[in-house]
This record gives sequence, structure tokens and C-alpha cells, in this order.
Amino acid sequence: MANEVIFHSIHLPESWKLENYLKTGGYDALKKVIAEKIPAEEIIAQVKTSALRGRGGAGFPTGLKWSFMPRQFPGDKYVVCNTDEGEPGTFKDKDIVRFNPHQLIEGMIIAGYTLGATAGYNYIHGEIFECYERFEAALDEARAANLLGKNILGSGWDFDIHAHHGYGAYVCGEETALLESIEGKKGQPRFKPPFPASFGLYGKPTTINNTETLASIPYIVKHGGQKFLELGKPNNGGTKIFSVSGHVNKPGNYEIGMGTPFKDLLEMAGGVRDGHKLKAVIPGGSSVPVVPAEIMMDLTMDYDSIAKAGSMLGAGSVIVMDETVCMVKALERLSYFYFEESCGQCTPCREGTGWLYRVVQRIEHGEGRQEDLDLLDSVAGNIMGRTICALGDAAAMPVQGMLKHYRDEFEYHSKHKKCMVSGV
Amino acid sequence: MANIEMDGKALSVPDGSTVIDAADAAGIYIPRFCYHKKLSVAANCRMCLVEVEKAPKLLPACATPVMEGMKVQTRSPKALAAQKAVMEFMLINHPLDCPICDQGGECQLQDLAVGYGKGGSRYQEEKRVVLNKNIGPLISTDMTRCIHCTRCVRFGQEIGGIMEMGQIGRGEHSEITPFLGHAVSSELSGNMIDLCPVGALTSKPFRYKARSWELKHTASVAPHDSLGSNIEIHSKNGTVLRVVPRENEEINQCWLSDRDRFAYEGLAAKDRLRRPMIKQNDVWRECDWQYALDFAVHALQALKEKHGAQQVGALATPQATVEELFLLQKVMRGMGSDNVDFRLRQSDFSADAGLQGAPWLGMAVAEVSKLDSVLLVGTNLRADHPLLALRLRQAAKHGARVSLLNPLDDDLFMPLAAKAIVSPAAMAETLDQVRRVLAGETVSGDAQKIAANLQQGESKAVLLGNLAQHHPQFSELHSLAQQIAAACGAKLGFLGESANSVGGYLAGALPAAGGLNAGAMLNNAPKATILLGVEPEGDTYNPAQAMAALRSADLVVALSAYKSPTLLKSADVLLPIAPFSETSGTFVSTEGRVQSFAAAVKPLGEARPAWKVLRVLGNLLALDGFDYDSSEQVRDVALTGAVSVKLNNTLKTLKPLSKVTHGALQRVGDVSAYHADAIVRRATSLQTSHAAANNARMNGALLSSLGLCEGVLIKVSQGEGSAELKAARDDKLPDACVRVAAGSAATATLGGLFDEIKVERA
Amino acid sequence: MLSSESLIQIDREVAKYPPNNKQSAVMSALRIAQIEKGWLAPETIEFVATYLEIPAIAAWEVATFYNMYELKPVGKYKLTVCTNLPCSLMGAQSVVEYLQDKLGIGFNETTSDGKFTLKMSECMGSCGEGPLLTINNHKMRVQLTPAKIDEILAGLE
Ligand SMILES: Cc1cc2nc3c(=O)[nH]c(=O)nc-3n(C[C@H](O)[C@H](O)[C@H](O)COP(=O)(O)O)c2cc1C
Ligand code: SF4
Ligand code: FES
Repeated sequence: MANEVIFHSIHLPESWKLENYLKTGGYDALKKVIAEKIPAEEIIAQVKTSALRGRGGAGFPTGLKWSFMPRQFPGDKYVVCNTDEGEPGTFKDKDIVRFNPHQLIEGMIIAGYTLGATAGYNYIHGEIFECYERFEAALDEARAANLLGKNILGSGWDFDIHAHHGYGAYVCGEETALLESIEGKKGQPRFKPPFPASFGLYGKPTTINNTETLASIPYIVKHGGQKFLELGKPNNGGTKIFSVSGHVNKPGNYEIGMGTPFKDLLEMAGGVRDGHKLKAVIPGGSSVPVVPAEIMMDLTMDYDSIAKAGSMLGAGSVIVMDETVCMVKALERLSYFYFEESCGQCTPCREGTGWLYRVVQRIEHGEGRQEDLDLLDSVAGNIMGRTICALGDAAAMPVQGMLKHYRDEFEYHSKHKKCMVSGV
Repeated sequence: MANIEMDGKALSVPDGSTVIDAADAAGIYIPRFCYHKKLSVAANCRMCLVEVEKAPKLLPACATPVMEGMKVQTRSPKALAAQKAVMEFMLINHPLDCPICDQGGECQLQDLAVGYGKGGSRYQEEKRVVLNKNIGPLISTDMTRCIHCTRCVRFGQEIGGIMEMGQIGRGEHSEITPFLGHAVSSELSGNMIDLCPVGALTSKPFRYKARSWELKHTASVAPHDSLGSNIEIHSKNGTVLRVVPRENEEINQCWLSDRDRFAYEGLAAKDRLRRPMIKQNDVWRECDWQYALDFAVHALQALKEKHGAQQVGALATPQATVEELFLLQKVMRGMGSDNVDFRLRQSDFSADAGLQGAPWLGMAVAEVSKLDSVLLVGTNLRADHPLLALRLRQAAKHGARVSLLNPLDDDLFMPLAAKAIVSPAAMAETLDQVRRVLAGETVSGDAQKIAANLQQGESKAVLLGNLAQHHPQFSELHSLAQQIAAACGAKLGFLGESANSVGGYLAGALPAAGGLNAGAMLNNAPKATILLGVEPEGDTYNPAQAMAALRSADLVVALSAYKSPTLLKSADVLLPIAPFSETSGTFVSTEGRVQSFAAAVKPLGEARPAWKVLRVLGNLLALDGFDYDSSEQVRDVALTGAVSVKLNNTLKTLKPLSKVTHGALQRVGDVSAYHADAIVRRATSLQTSHAAANNARMNGALLSSLGLCEGVLIKVSQGEGSAELKAARDDKLPDACVRVAAGSAATATLGGLFDEIKVERA
Repeated sequence: MLSSESLIQIDREVAKYPPNNKQSAVMSALRIAQIEKGWLAPETIEFVATYLEIPAIAAWEVATFYNMYELKPVGKYKLTVCTNLPCSLMGAQSVVEYLQDKLGIGFNETTSDGKFTLKMSECMGSCGEGPLLTINNHKMRVQLTPAKIDEILAGLE
């Protein structure tokens, strides 16, 4: 069941070219929608049936999100794709844009059609600039083939897509920060409500989805929501791309059915690097709590299973760590990340991320005090749930997760002024 | 209305209000920093988190709309825990330097820290230090104290109309700053001092002058424009140390212009006149009041006897109080003269006969924010009427169409629906085109568009600004505006120039029976002339002519707060009077609002309130009816009956459009904002903040046709008078116009504001 | 201030957005300006702001918020190494050490010949191919080894 939905053409040379995409049945879904004039409600119903949940991290049901867009809104509406992938451990959207940009474009056009949008924007992480350029080239191809732009496929309907690049700010992955960024401002998240569906890009109704979410749409339209659902498990429909990084032999993206056991995924990724054994896994990108090996090995890869283990599937970014990893050092690096990436707008995150980082750094450098552990826990708790966007939570959760499972390492560092793992 | 419950109290609140609005209305205090009722909601400080039943997380009260049946707890254990946690975060990087902070005693952070903070700090790491910025002479910065509420940033974007401050960088490294090396220059910048909840932005002129709790507060009224902004004067030991806005939603809301805020520095100018002085044999000497008054009275009487009452006259600044203006005209009339006026910068009085009342705004100030369409004629709006500009900006934000007919095209920081930028000489002609379009004719160009905009909307106005009122064809502009307003159903209004531009009319301080008006007296002064607060070099339409006229008078008795060089040259007696801060009195604002105020501090030296001086003068001249005990008594006599019936903008007789002939180049003489009156001219910080104003501006075509380039020193001359100024290029100016602002010493030697001007290389 | 080619590129970006939303193009415009000038001097930022009809401070906010803009001069080649956790697990630290040794500079430093500047960065969204770096923001080189680094450096004139 691997590579069923999105990476189905990845084996082809120059799979990103329009002609190659067309050869594998590309744009059939769009043609079907246009030829049969499938009503928007019908498409939304199929998406609901598919149990497709947002692949950007929060796992919000896509069909439901689409139904929030006001129907009879005079004036512009927008579809925005989130390819700002900057969460450490996540690199799947890059490969979608790199190897199968047309499927994303097709998904965005169908979304635009369904949601009555006048234009679409794809916000692409600045660091993968070559993919931004490739996406723009794909847009040109689609326009030239009348799949995009004015009077799409003779339907009388106009819809265009543009690429907008980020330039080095993780927080722009947050959907409202991303909108601000498209508007040419700093990427500072907006307070919600109002949600983008009523007040989005330029204040107009807007639907924002992750790249993988939108790239799944053509399959659902073509094969029906039920078929997609059956690729995964109930409430966790479809295949999902898992980005595996860290201490494995074959890091990379693996598109597999939702609910596949973690064991199998680890095996696909070539297993833990030779001569080492699994210590822990961060199963959903750097923001989610770490899960120790013993627990992880029993989990299946879907939203519900991972949530039960006290963590989150997030964007499906699996960071694998073997026994050589010092959790204090790992947390120091992650805490630095959130400190560096806080947008600076709201108080708990702006002030708290620096506090967390400095205390962890102190512990790592042998200057920890016994009371620091409780302090860390308390400061993280004081950030949680009190910020404008989820970056605050994202900074707090790794701290709490690490302290929960690896408190002994932190205590050892503070007490002995050296590392329990490396001994130095 | 929505029914909600807050802290167990049942409340009924208007739909669409937020939890914080509801709490404020109910007297429940929710702590906050970033929220401000006049700014957009940022919800970034997180101080106002409250518990709402059924909401999974705490919600910021400032950004949460009320909903029917909502149950809110502002002080539940969860809410308090969050508020305390946020407070802790707020303080970890704060310098806690309250003992040396100017905000001490009026700092929201300090106040809330007492209620929500902890004794010791759990934060043991290094604190952030942020470099201070030099953002100009008005605002002092201490950016380490900043709590990133972004009120100052939002103020610029939403109220000031220009984004001057921003937040650069991100996360803990973010800093509030203007663009690299730029000073803040908005005419409303001081409001950021009030908005800043901590001591990051404080008043530079006030810096280290006093602790807030040592200050005496006196309610007063701002005297530098006609809005009647409500202010509070803060003083210590008899010295005014600062001025802050006093909130009045109908007038200035919570805002104040920089001019009204910082002009107080002029009250303590070095050249304040502290004792009476007389000039004998060309030598000035100080004397006591008795001597000075006797001298003045004898001289006045002698000259009246010799030349007749027609050779006695009085001129007053429109910044004088109603009481002062009333008593001044009473002295004149008591002496048998009708020669009295306060309209010092007006040059065309030919409509006087047609006036049926005092020209005024024509509507309430608050209505300005609600206009749908407005035509502004002849105004340097942001400089002359900063808070009316703010109101119009609010209107424009809500879709009002603002049109402009003007010789100046300075950015008003609001979108303009149409504009005609023409030379002063062409203004009446262009306005007539607008009239003709509304009468059914078709003309080409800007006038057509302006007229089209005036045909839209319900609530409309045609407003004549200071430039129109000073204009040599003022009566024609007035007549045309009246016809246009009638044709499109708009209100006709005047943006009053000074604190008492309306009050002067009500007090009768202008000729009523064929006496000389200001223009006539400043052209050919009566042999005996009394000046009340007048500085001829800065306050008149044609300073060169005014000074010559006064020098040729036999006697000039000047009641003045300052010992200005021109008065020393032209006057014979100087009587020290108290400026507005040192006397009680009344201003009638441009909307006809009568506002009385008390003295904030005692008069400086031997200065006396002018109403008392005039009372004594009246008595010494043996005139009847000068036995007033208080300024209130004077006011009640001066302003009998309802004010509203005395306000009238409609001319009985219209003045027809005349053919104008003018020289090759015409001066556009606006009055620079910080030279508008005697007090502000001496306000040092404002002067340094806008020092660059003294140049002669013209468009590129004119510059090159004169063989000049930007920055060179040139000689501009009007009649006998000339000045050396720097040439500056402003392509937005109409052809054949040279903009030379009036009011400052550099241009005091020049002639009429809109008269012919010559330019040559210096 | 900017070449006409750059302005043409900026105009193309402006056209992506609805009328009256020129500000949307500021990120691209600053990128284009940076490519032409090597870094964003205050005058460059002010020029871009004026060109897009936005306040200078608004453009400065943007230039300082996003990490890939350079507000100080950098070498001809800016090498930016991702050091976030996944890349670190996969050997970013030794790449950094190798580069620092070889170039004789630390992070945020430029070689004395002005050729190379070394920077560290947060996650570049390519962790599967770490350790990795970008050259002048826009060219990524992945799965780095000492040999590969030698080859890359040799290829940079
Ligand atoms: C700090 C932060 C970073 C995020 N980064 C991304 C991202 O890189 N890509 C993404 O698709 N969603 C990201 N999200 C989630 C988005 O806000 C949003 O939920 C998502 O784009 C919605 O799309 P979906 O419903 O298709 O998942 C991020 C959220 C936060 C709070
Ligand atoms: S949580 Fe952090 S990143 Fe999110 S809005 Fe607040 S300060 Fe910005
Ligand atoms: S006042 Fe509500 S978040 Fe600041």
C-alpha cells in the first residue's frame, strides 16, 4: 500500500514534469470535476467520507474545515497551501513539491473550485528555494495547458495560483502568521477568532491546508472518499507520508497507510543505525513529547494511537534517537530552536522560551541546580495554553515530555555536573 | 444586548462588546497592558486571561466577544494563576528600575506588579538590555523597559496615519523603534507617551523634572488651536512642568496634539515680561504698575483729545480669553472708538457687512468623524488642526470621501477622493468651477471630480481652513463655499484658527459701526494703539507692514507676556500679563463650546491677568461698568444668552467672483505649526523638533527656470522686506508659487502671506 | 538604486497579488535586492519600501524578522549549515567543525579574503538528507561528507 496516493509517480524520471504527471492519470480528477460539473457539496461530502485529516500537524478534519467557508460571499476568497515546513524532522512537503508539484496544483485547483476561491497561494519554505522555483515552473506549465488561469479547460471559470516564499521564519508555518507573511508583514500569528474562513488573507474568507492535505484531494475525487478512507483506518483515513530522520539507516519519506505499526515503519527506514539500539522517538516533529522506545515499539502510526501514548502524530515526522543521545543536550537544541523562532509578540512565549532555553543550557553545561527541574516544569506549564498561537505549546511540550521520561538524566547533570550518557 | 454572568454578577451588555468592555462597564477590573479602547485589539500581552465556562483554555478578555449566556470568571484560581504567570514573564527581563523611572507612580506595570507579582524573582539568568533610540527631542526612550504591547506601533498605523514606530527583529530580540536613525515627526507623536504603559516612552522635556505624585493637577483648555482640547496642567512650585490630555470623547477624545502638549515650555521662556516697562527718550526701564498705568492712561487720553477717538484703536490675539477680549472692546467703546479687532491674519474683510453671526465649524466636532463627504478649502490641515485631521482620518477610514482644494499638497495621511492643487490666485476660480458643476455645467478636470464626490453621501461639509480665511479673496471663497454647500446639501463650516476665533466674535471684539478692522489698523495704525498679546512679526497677515504701521503710531501700549524684540522696538509701554496657564478665563471653541478654566499657577513675577489689567485701565480712564470682581462675572456679561444663536456662517450678500491680477510669483504663506502663537514660538523642544521649516519651497520647474537648485541660499523679497532662505524643491506645489511659511523670526521681515514674492540668488 | 532587471523582477512579483497590495511583494523584493547588492543596507531597504509605497519601518520589520536576509555585509558565498536536532543526530556537528577548520572562521564570520561567510540555521525542512547546507540561501547541498564539502568548496570560484 506504499506510495499509493502521493508518491505514485516518484519512480519516474522527471516525475515533476506535466507530461509525466499526465501519463499517470494526472489532472483526470480536475477534468472530471469540470466535465461533470460536480457540485461543491458533493466534493466536500467525499472529503468528509475520506476521513482526511489535516496533514499540517493539528489533524483537523479537512472536509469539516472546507464546510466553514462562506458560500455566498461577494468578492474574493482564497485557497492557501502551507508548504512552510520548518518543524524539525519534517520534510515531506518538500518532496511533494519537488517530485509531484502538479498533484498539489491539481488539488489546489479543485479546492479553489469547491470553495469558490478566486485565487490560490502556495507559501513555500524559503530554505528550499529550488523547490519554489520548480513549483513556479510547474504553474507555468499548467497555465500553458489551460489547466490554470483564465477559462480553465473551457469551463468559463478563472482561477490562478501563485507561489510566495518564506525567508527563514518557522512561525510562518502557523496559518495566520503565514497569511500575515503573504500580506508582506512580519509573520506574527493573529488572534483567533476570527478564523481564516471568515477573515483570512486580505481579510477575505480563506481556507488554508497543508501541502500533503491538498495533494491528497485528486485521489479522493478520482477514486471516491471511501477508497481513500480504506487506505488507512477509521477516523484516520488514507495514506500518510512519514518523514523519518535521525539514527536510522535509510532516512527519508515513507508513504504508508495510516495505522501501520511503528515497527514496520522503522524497518522500512532500514532500522536503527548499525550497532545501536533504539532509545526514544519523537513521533510527530520536534514540538511533540518524546516517547521512550519501549512504548513506541507497540504503537501504530495514526493520530489516535500516538495520542494515547501522551504524544502526537503531528505532521508525521519521526525523529529516531539511539542510546548515544543525551536527552539534556537534545532538549537544549530544541529549546534553542523555539527561543530563536518565537515571533516575539505574546509575553509568555517571548519571555518564556528564553527562560527555558537558558535553564536547560545551564543544566547541560553543568551549572544546574536541583530546583531547576521543577522550575522548568513550572515555566513550561506557565506558557502552555496561554499564548496566541501553538508555538508556545510547542516550546513547552518537549520540555515536559523530556522531564517526564528522562528526569533522571537531568538530575544527574545537575548533581554530578556531567552527562549520564557520555560520562563527560 | 447579551446577558452574561461575570464573577457571579448578572450583566446585560451590548452585543458585539468584548469581555473587557463588559467588565469595564460593570466596574470589574481585569488587568491589561496591550488593550486600549481606541486601538485595534492585539491580545499580545496575555495579561487579561480569564476563565470562560466551557472554553478549554483561558481566553484574553480583550479579544473575546461576549455571547449570550456566557459565564466569565476574572479572578478564579485558574485566571489568577495565569495572570500571575504572565506578570512574572513580563518582569523577568524588565529592569525594575522604578526609583529612577519617570513613569514611577503612574506606571501600569508597577501598579499591577504590586497586585499580581511576587516578592522575589525566580529568574536568575541574564536580563535583556535594549539600546535606547534617539527618536527626537520630544520623546525619551528607555527601551529595556518596553513590554512589547505594540500600542505605540498601532497608534501610528491606526490613529496618526503614518507608521513611524515598528517592532523589528523577533522573539526576545524584538525591539520597538522607528526606522534606523529616523526621529518621530508626527504632529501627534506625544500621544505615544500616554499610550506606553511603562516607562519606555516618556516625555523628554519633562524628564527628571518631578515625580508624578508631587504634581498639582489643574484642568484647563488648550489654547493653540480652536478645538478646545481638554488638558490637564501639571505644575510644581508654581511652574508648569507638563501638559497631558484630559479625556473628553466629544472633543479631543483621549488625544492631544504635540503643540498642545509641549508648547508649555514657552510659558517659562527667558523673555517673559516680569515687570511693567516704559520707554522714555528711546530708553526702556522697568517701573511699577501704578506708574506704568498712569503713564499709559495719560498718554491715551492726551492723544484722544488731540486726534479724536478715531485715532484710538486696539488689536488682540485671538488666543486671548473671552473676558480679555470683552473688556478690551469695552475700553475702546468706552473711549468712543469702534477700532478693535482680533482677526490679525485676515486680509479680506469685505464680507463683514454680510456676516450674520460668528463663523464656526458649522457642526459639532464629533460629527466630523461621521461625515460621508467633505471638501476642504485652503488648509494646512495637519499643522493647523491636528486633531480635526485625526477625526477626518477616522471618517476616511469608514469610507468618507475627502476632497481638497488647496495650494498645498502635504500628505494628510488619509486617502483623498479628489483634489485640486492650484495657486492661491486660482483658488476662487477653481471653487467657482465646482459651483458651476453643481449648477449643472460641465467643466473639465479636478473640479468636476470634487463636485461628483460632493454629490455622494448623506452627511457632507464644505470646510474653509486657515489659508482660505487669510486669503486676499476670502469673501469670494466664503461666498462660493456657501453656494456649493447649498447646492449639494452640505454644511458650511470654518476651521477656526485660534482658541478664541469664535469667542472674539461673541465678545464683540471687532468693529461694528464702521470702525477700523485689523487689516486697516495694521496698515495704518491709530495714533494710540493698544495691543493685547499681539506679536506683530508673527501674528499678522503682513508683518513688515504691521511693524512699520506700529512704529509710526504715537503711542503703543502693549499688554504682553513677553518682552519680544519687536515690541521693544514699536511699543512705548509694556504691561506684563499672564498667559492662559496663569489666569482664569474662557475660550469658545470652533464648535461653539464655551469652556472656562482656572489658573494653574500664579502669574510670573509681577504679571497680572489681563482681565484685571483691563479692568483697572477702564477704571483709570474713568469709564463706566468696570467693577468686576471675578472673571466669571465678566464672562457672564460677555456671553449672555445662548451661544448657538450667535453662530452663523451664512452671508447675507454674496460677493461676486473678481478678476485677479497678480505678479509673476505668488507666495504661499502658511503659518508653520510651531510658530502659530507667542507661546509655541518659544517652546524649545518643539522648535528643535521641527527646525527645518525655514526654507522657500517651489516645484522643480520653477527652480530650474530661476536657475536655482535645491539647497542653495536665496533671497526672497516682498516689497521692502527680504529674507535669506534655503531653496527647497517640492514638486507638489503649483506653478509660479513659492511656499514660505510665516510665523518664524526668519520670515518676519516679509510681507503678505499670499502676496507677490520675488526670488533671486543670495 | 536597484538595476532595471531587479525592478522588472519585483514588478513581476507585485503582479501576483491583488491591486493595492504591493506590500505583499516586499519579501520577494528584499530577496531580489539582496541578490543584487549582496546584503540589505538601510538605504536598500528604504528604497524597496519607497518602491512598494510602504513605510520604511514596515520593510525594516520584515527584513529583520526573517533570518535569510542579511543586514550586514557577508562574503561572496554564504554557507548556512542546519544544526537543528535531526541534522545534529545525523552529523551536522562534524560538518560544522570541518568547515570551521577548513575556512578558519566561526559562525557569523567571514574569511579574510571576503569569500566565505559561515552561518548556522534552524531546520531547513530537508532533514532526511542531512547533514546539509545552503549556498547563498538558494542552492542546497545535502548528505555532506568531508569529501563532498571539499568538492563543493572547490567548485565555488
Ligand atoms: C508554530 C507552528 C508551525 C506550524 N508549521 C506548519 C507547517 O510547517 N506546515 C503546515 O502545514 N502546518 C503547520 N502548522 C499548522 C498550521 O497552523 C495549520 O494548522 C495547517 O497548515 C492547516 O492545514 P491542515 O488542516 O491541512 O493540516 C504549524 C502550526 C504552528 C502553531
Ligand atoms: S506563541 Fe510565540 S510565536 Fe506564537 S504568537 Fe505568541 S510569541 Fe508569537
Ligand atoms: S490586554 Fe488582552 S492580551 Fe493584552
